Amino acid sequence: MQKYSVFSLIKNAFSNHQNWEVAWKDPTPKKEYDVVIIGGGGHGLATAYYLAKEHNIKNVAIIEKGWIGGGNVGRNTTIIRSNFMYDANAKFNEFGMDLWRNLSQELNFNVMFSPRGIINLAHSDAQMNAYARRGNSMRLNGIDAKLLDRNEVKKLIPMADFSDEVRFPIFGGLMQPSAGTARHDAVAWGYARQADDMGVDIIQHCEVTGFDVVNGKIKGIRTSRGDIKAKKVGLCVAGSTNILAEKLNMTLPIETHVLQACVSEPVKPLLDGVVTFGAGHFYISQSDKGEMVMGGDLDGYNSYAQRGNLPTIQHVLTGGLALFPFLSRLKMLRTWGGIMDMSMDGSPIIDKTHIEGLYLNCGWCYGGFKSTPVSGWTFAHTIAKDQVHELNSELRLNRFSTGHLLDEKGLGTKTWIG
Amino acid sequence: MLYIKCPYCGLRAQKEFSYGGDATVKRPNINEEVSNEDWDNFVYMRKSPRGKHIELWQHIAGCRQWIKVQRDTATHEIFQTAKVTEEIR
Repeated sequence: MQKYSVFSLIKNAFSNHQNWEVAWKDPTPKKEYDVVIIGGGGHGLATAYYLAKEHNIKNVAIIEKGWIGGGNVGRNTTIIRSNFMYDANAKFNEFGMDLWRNLSQELNFNVMFSPRGIINLAHSDAQMNAYARRGNSMRLNGIDAKLLDRNEVKKLIPMADFSDEVRFPIFGGLMQPSAGTARHDAVAWGYARQADDMGVDIIQHCEVTGFDVVNGKIKGIRTSRGDIKAKKVGLCVAGSTNILAEKLNMTLPIETHVLQACVSEPVKPLLDGVVTFGAGHFYISQSDKGEMVMGGDLDGYNSYAQRGNLPTIQHVLTGGLALFPFLSRLKMLRTWGGIMDMSMDGSPIIDKTHIEGLYLNCGWCYGGFKSTPVSGWTFAHTIAKDQVHELNSELRLNRFSTGHLLDEKGLGTKTWIG
Repeated sequence: MLYIKCPYCGLRAQKEFSYGGDATVKRPNINEEVSNEDWDNFVYMRKSPRGKHIELWQHIAGCRQWIKVQRDTATHEIFQTAKVTEEIR
């Protein structure tokens, strides 16, 4: 594989950039694989990469209905953080932060990870207390957390509304300085390129139509490009989880909802990190191109449409305007939607299933992108060893029936907007 | 914007309604022994189909009645609405 560097860039400039190697091949599916990963998004690509790299399992195929990186990995708001209170979520995502910090070097692909910090704003004393508690929990797990008072917040985001007349005055906030953003497409492409180089077949435009399960054991999958035998199969299909689960006669604690995001026209740099509004569901960051990247609530009803509805955008941006009045002067450039696998407690599931050789990775709700490396890492371990890793030992499917929910912020399938 | 025909008030904008989830989920009978599995199925497990879905909505900014709506989850086409006591087939 051609290594990307400043020298290869200069070398290829002499041939007008016509002679770059393809980043990944377009193979025809083989008859049989050791592991088939369904879903060529960030999590599926990362899983295949870590299967090959960490576990030396290289006879792997990724089956993707559309094209790689065309789903949620290319539709999210690129936020990376580990500001969780519960041990299970905190340890899992902080392990992921360590993977992020070295990802560009590891993949030889600039994912533009930029740890500029995230601030969760508080708008009451009670919220400050809750954030102090969350911050202390984070620090006990070795995650950096800083409780900011009103003046400290004002220094960081002076353009927010600090006047006396506001309905939700800013009391302070909880900051994770090591959180940040990354270029989401590069994450998918970087993993794809390295996985392909280690022998993983990336098969695009291939839809899974069924499964071969014999005596409770997975034997293979049926696809629009023929049957493929597989010793093990991993599902990494986000919003399409329930469609595949139905083919397996499984019912899951997952509902599929559409989540929208939007960007404004590009403006000069004014917002350094990520800011979340504490009195409504709204978050904002500024992309390297200068666009304000914003998101918030689900549309609020089951949806497989990869596009959203205007009332939700209006509702989300109303919260945005309350926080940053300058937004009213910006033109909206684009809005779009992605379909989310919303778990009932707001936390993900990475687990084995009752079918031998079938593994499940779903329930990512609002925040799948930040967990892309650690999700792939733990899912690869779960598949390779046929047992969960310590990091995902609480992200089990049976936690709903045993009552061990990870209801981090009370966010599940409901938006609670009345 | 979805437009939902409330069986009591007529055609109204989605903003007047609040969503209540899958209407086909049945609560286990009261005063009967409920297994963990049945309770789990009732509280957490959902089919979430792509296509026709019968769901509950509440006309929160109108008559405040709960209604049933049959809607396509991929195209958002609404086929039928009914009072919550009526069946959608």
